[in-house]
Amino acid sequence: MEKQQEYSLVTEVSGPLMVIQGVKGVAYNEVVRIKTTRGEERIGQVLEVSEDRAVVEVFEGTKGLDTKLTSVRFTGKPLTIGVSEELLGRVFDGVGNPIDDAPPIIPKETRDIEGRPINPFARAYPTDFIETGISSLDGLNTLVRGQKLPIFSGAGLPHNELAAQIARQAKVKGETEKFGVVFCAMGITREEANFFVRDFERTGALERTVLFLNLADDPAIERIIAPKIALTSAEYLAFDRGMHVLVILTDMTNYAEAMREIAAAREEVPGRRGYPGYMYTNLATIYERAGRIEKKKGSITQMPILSMPDDDITHPIPDLTGYITEGQIVLSRSLDHRGIYPPIDVLPCLSRLMAKGIGEGKTRKEHAALSDQLYAAYAEGRDLRDLVAIVGEEALTDRDKKYLKFADEFEAKFIAQRKDENRSIEETLSIGWSLLGLLPRSELKKVEEEDIKRYLKDAEKK
Amino acid sequence: MSREGVISKISGPVIQAKKMRGSHMGDVVKVGKEKLIGEIIRLNEDNATIQVYEETTGIMPGEPVLDTGTPLSVELGPGLLKSIYDGIQRPLPLIMHKTGDFVSRGVDIPALDRKRKWSFDPLIKSGTKVEGGDIIGELEETTLVTHRVMIPPNLRGTLSWIAKKGDYTIEEPIAKVGSDGKSEVVTMLQKWPVRKERPFFKKLDPTIPLLTGQRVFDTFFPLARGGAAAIPGGFGTGKTVSEHQLAKWSDAKIVVYIGCGERGNEMTDVLKEFPALKDPETGESLMNRTILIANTSNMPVAAREASIYTGITLAEYYRDMGYDVAVMADSTSRWAEALREISGRLEEMPGEEGYPAYLGSRLAEFYERAGRIKTIGKGSREGSISIVGAVSPPGGDFSEPVTQNTLRIVKVFWALDTDLADRRHFPSVNWLRSYSLYLDEVRSFREKGIGKDWYALRREGTKLLEKEAELQEIVRLVGPDALMPKDRIVLEGARMIREDFLQQSAFHLVDTYCPESKQYELLRIILDFYAFMKKAVEKGIRVEELLESKSKEQIARLKTVPNEEFEERFKEVRERIKAEEKKLGAG
Ligand SMILES: Nc1ncnc2c1ncn2[C@@H]1O[C@H](COP(=O)(O)OP(=O)(O)OP(=O)(O)O)[C@@H](O)[C@H]1O
Ligand SMILES: [Mg+2]
Repeated sequence: MEKQQEYSLVTEVSGPLMVIQGVKGVAYNEVVRIKTTRGEERIGQVLEVSEDRAVVEVFEGTKGLDTKLTSVRFTGKPLTIGVSEELLGRVFDGVGNPIDDAPPIIPKETRDIEGRPINPFARAYPTDFIETGISSLDGLNTLVRGQKLPIFSGAGLPHNELAAQIARQAKVKGETEKFGVVFCAMGITREEANFFVRDFERTGALERTVLFLNLADDPAIERIIAPKIALTSAEYLAFDRGMHVLVILTDMTNYAEAMREIAAAREEVPGRRGYPGYMYTNLATIYERAGRIEKKKGSITQMPILSMPDDDITHPIPDLTGYITEGQIVLSRSLDHRGIYPPIDVLPCLSRLMAKGIGEGKTRKEHAALSDQLYAAYAEGRDLRDLVAIVGEEALTDRDKKYLKFADEFEAKFIAQRKDENRSIEETLSIGWSLLGLLPRSELKKVEEEDIKRYLKDAEKK
Repeated sequence: MSREGVISKISGPVIQAKKMRGSHMGDVVKVGKEKLIGEIIRLNEDNATIQVYEETTGIMPGEPVLDTGTPLSVELGPGLLKSIYDGIQRPLPLIMHKTGDFVSRGVDIPALDRKRKWSFDPLIKSGTKVEGGDIIGELEETTLVTHRVMIPPNLRGTLSWIAKKGDYTIEEPIAKVGSDGKSEVVTMLQKWPVRKERPFFKKLDPTIPLLTGQRVFDTFFPLARGGAAAIPGGFGTGKTVSEHQLAKWSDAKIVVYIGCGERGNEMTDVLKEFPALKDPETGESLMNRTILIANTSNMPVAAREASIYTGITLAEYYRDMGYDVAVMADSTSRWAEALREISGRLEEMPGEEGYPAYLGSRLAEFYERAGRIKTIGKGSREGSISIVGAVSPPGGDFSEPVTQNTLRIVKVFWALDTDLADRRHFPSVNWLRSYSLYLDEVRSFREKGIGKDWYALRREGTKLLEKEAELQEIVRLVGPDALMPKDRIVLEGARMIREDFLQQSAFHLVDTYCPESKQYELLRIILDFYAFMKKAVEKGIRVEELLESKSKEQIARLKTVPNEEFEERFKEVRERIKAEEKKLGAG
């Protein structure tokens, strides 16, 4: 039931916010419909309410609003979106209006976009190995179904290619069913968005995809709600319709910027580097909407993409994200410069759900040990590379020279692969083994002796 | 007596209400038509400021606020163990059964089961004089823990009646205590306000180590029972895995694990894994000694603030029974952020990085509730609470307020290191930055229990690592090849300590838990091998030759030798070292 009161007592418009006086019966967080002097409709949401005053954030921006003639209607409802399977194959804007010239969907249900936290007791722990065909992921930072694994990138790095390749190649062993995809763009360019659309089209994934597009020239403030709408749809598809949904959110940095803008307009005490103190909690309400639920068939796997301002991983946006997500894939400018695709710097990468997603019956028994050994060796080689820059290669011991060689080969053979190269996990592991062959046998302390006998020999034969 | 006020303002988790004169600070209130749970955090004449433990969407000014007149409290009694609660002790499994897979608000479910019967065994006779803390009976709460039923702290008098051995619910009377002509009924269900420390008789020095089965903790930077430790580290450095390891393997009797503003899946992990894990001492399921508090990052932030008090109060209750309790709080930074958020909404004067000025004192109050104590009551028992708090410094930078304020209080500092984590050196405890101020306290205990040279070995180990750090400075200038053989041997020895001793995979079937005797033997054999290498190079044997030593390779694999077989294997390797010594003529 919609409330009928209309108010025109807008007393203040500042940034994305609007203050309305003389209100009665307004609820915290309820949706507001705003009519501009030109008769244009916008929506907003109550951020704070006292007995006769409400502060409202306006999603399409406050441009063109005034304190005289703008009228406001309180709807008495939180922000909702209609969901049904008809979402698949459709394109919407950042607030959920269709923009693909097809008629509005007929919703099965209307849902509050804020969602509700999954009861930790109801969660099922994610353990299904997703083969992405990319060695740095499958071999060293394994993705599992229901995980939230972001890509930390920077301007000009091929995060889109990588995300698209993962979406294209991802499969769960022994299953033929495919992912549904929910794609949410926040402030990216039309060109970038088109890249994804074309890729989904080319691979026939488009009809299993829902797109929510807030592009660079769309109102920044809408970026606050776009991912929530996307995740509400994803939750419906996953937990009501039993689909395995991959959610791509790009670019989360733009989301955080919009959040900062609202905080600044409210004159809140800023936290680190001007971002609001509650940014951690706020990001968590997005990222935690991934996972699996006991006794439910579907799942939500999240792959947020964010660009690190100044390539700085300690910047609050990647930093707080890393504190919430279950690992991160980090792209490196220096690998990219050297022409290595995907330019994944595996050292700062992590998949926290890897341990229970690999091993016997999932990938292979020695997987964890092999990964540890490759990490240790590569880290050592990288250190030596830095050292060589100062003291020259002659100053190294024989053993050290082998590590140096290992690091180069590892980047060239293990990390680097073609944009359409889909390696099986067996291939990935066997490349790993053959690289270990470059090192003295006595250095391989993390892998079992029997596995050395078995796999290293195999690899050497090839 | 309940008083009713009216909501005047809502801003996220903080609301204002008027007509609240006569209410008390800390009173629990029911907010709005949906009766959401809140707590009064500020009073100003007629107005109260309330933090609400549930999502406030849809609440309107004008709705009622009901003051319950009681402070935020937890329920104490049998049935706490094996439970999983949210930050204000609501049982998550029952919430799920009532409202489904997603948490709804306004759910009112008691923390402890009212119907379940426990078989109570009285231990004293009526007519006895009793006082707070006295044990009047006991029952088997789980196969691991005997629950001791105590007279509540503030009660004293003569036991006029005690129930016969038999099955009772927690609400049925089990005793009556009379004093001054009044008689008070005692049940197994008791309550205690979370923000108030439970009384004890006196504090004792922490001199007994809390063993954790983790080499870097037990041997290098030990924690004592009743002590407090902090684990700071950037994201992904291993705070949670460490907390899980401690919850699994530390030799406390009871574990309270507080997931404070962290990931949902990490709580699920504990829930799924612990029941299947066996206590190394008794072979019983580890869940039988564990209480979980889960207020994940996406659950209401005010309840996150409360969660650590809920947890510590439950811990105190078991401490008072005479048990050693370990409290894990992951992460105290998220608690501090909750404090900051509420403080911001109160428009308080912000201190450093927006945290309220009272951050330091609040942290101190919390850690102060750790300690080894003598309990109140007759036949005074000893109990302890050890606290291990994870800290999540922004950007991994330890100079920020939460880390710094914590360091002022705790005596054990396990500094996790992003660089070590990146190269998969786990636990990523930085051996140069970390410290334990309990080392001297636990020394005599360890030397008596494990080996007279325990302390000396540890020192030799840390010294070698310090020497390594110095040498690395030189290597950075001239390269490793320029080092003297005796220095190259230092690097090799230090490498063995790092890789073969300090590194310990939480996910390895065997190495996840390392008994103290194995820790000791492992360090000893590594240092013995180092001594052998030292002697060998003095005699002019080439370093390269030593590096190819078979026994060196075998030492590297000793940590994963099953705990039942390790003594045997250690002996073999020792003999092999001797043989190599002979062969190289370095003996
Ligand atoms: N002792 C260990 N053995 C093996 N792996 C470990 C160990 N400690 C940490 N790790 C690895 O590091 C990863 C990150 O650890 P963890 O989740 O504990 O980090 P954290 O410090 O709690 O991070 P955050 O602050 O983001 O929660 C784990 O998923 C695991 O892969
Ligand atoms: Mg953690």
